[in-house]
Amino acid sequence: MISKKNFQALKAAFPFTVPIFAGFWFLGLTYGIYMNAAGFSWIYPALMSLTIFAGSIEFITVNLLLGAFNPIQAFVLAFMVNARHLFYGISMIDKYRGLGLKRLYLIFGLCDESFSINYTAKIPPNVDRGLFYFWVTLLNQIYWVSGATLGGIFGSLITFNTHGLEFVLTAMFVVIFMEQFLKETKHANALIGFGASLICLIIFGAENFILPSMALILILLTAFRRRLE
Amino acid sequence: MTLTEQILTIAAVVVATMLTRFLPFVLIGNKRETPPYIKYLGRVLPCAVFALLIVYCLRNINVFETPHGLPELFGIAVTIILHLIKRQMLFSIAGGTIFYMLLVQFVFI
Repeated sequence: MISKKNFQALKAAFPFTVPIFAGFWFLGLTYGIYMNAAGFSWIYPALMSLTIFAGSIEFITVNLLLGAFNPIQAFVLAFMVNARHLFYGISMIDKYRGLGLKRLYLIFGLCDESFSINYTAKIPPNVDRGLFYFWVTLLNQIYWVSGATLGGIFGSLITFNTHGLEFVLTAMFVVIFMEQFLKETKHANALIGFGASLICLIIFGAENFILPSMALILILLTAFRRRLE
Repeated sequence: MTLTEQILTIAAVVVATMLTRFLPFVLIGNKRETPPYIKYLGRVLPCAVFALLIVYCLRNINVFETPHGLPELFGIAVTIILHLIKRQMLFSIAGGTIFYMLLVQFVFI
């Protein structure tokens, strides 16, 4: 049963989420197919997209699951990759204030896309603000979870050669990196990111370079703070 | 990895992700200003982390053996060019990935 107030908010929220539907289905399906190709049942993408609900780290988690057991690295990596959420949270503190229990779900589902809509959208005055945020967040998660699950189910039926599909992850990071890079005026942080990781890759090798890279990045960013600010 | 190890790995990712989302609301209750150092990190860290992730994706390439990482190089180049032209994430990611798949399936076999 959807109340009239709820329906109004859903109607206002839906158009904002249409582009995200397209994006999430493409990436979600790809993610499901990717997991399928890596040998996992559809239950994995279904549950991981539902519980983690953060695109890039879900792809990375597939690699983590295929590697050696190291939950601390998984934790630190997930925290670093998703560290940007900290600042979405800081920006949404006032907007999400006083929304009761809904607030817990809104914070849980604060992905890049839900943040950008809920932060920027002009909500019609006759629409309940909290319900609008709620529907945007819920619709986005429905798109993502359904895409990932369908990809996981039908990935096994796909007959075309999926060799090379894993490159979608690289391409996604290249594009996300570019978006961030083009927005910024100083690029020392990008150089530090590439430099530190390449140096650590050469020194520590492919399996062990992530934690030292992250430490080196933090140290360098701290050391160059004056120049970057 | 056993099933238990898989669940623990996924749980670690879930907890870390939830921490990044809930921490600001828990820590910076209602008034206090964000510490400048944290604000600074939030601004400069993402680009560095994405650079790290690109390197992470390419970590198993051996530049001394054929095909010397050329498919990846060309795939990334196409992704960048498409993105500079259209600036549409979906289009650039799809285009770069399809190009890469064609390369590894038909050219650099």
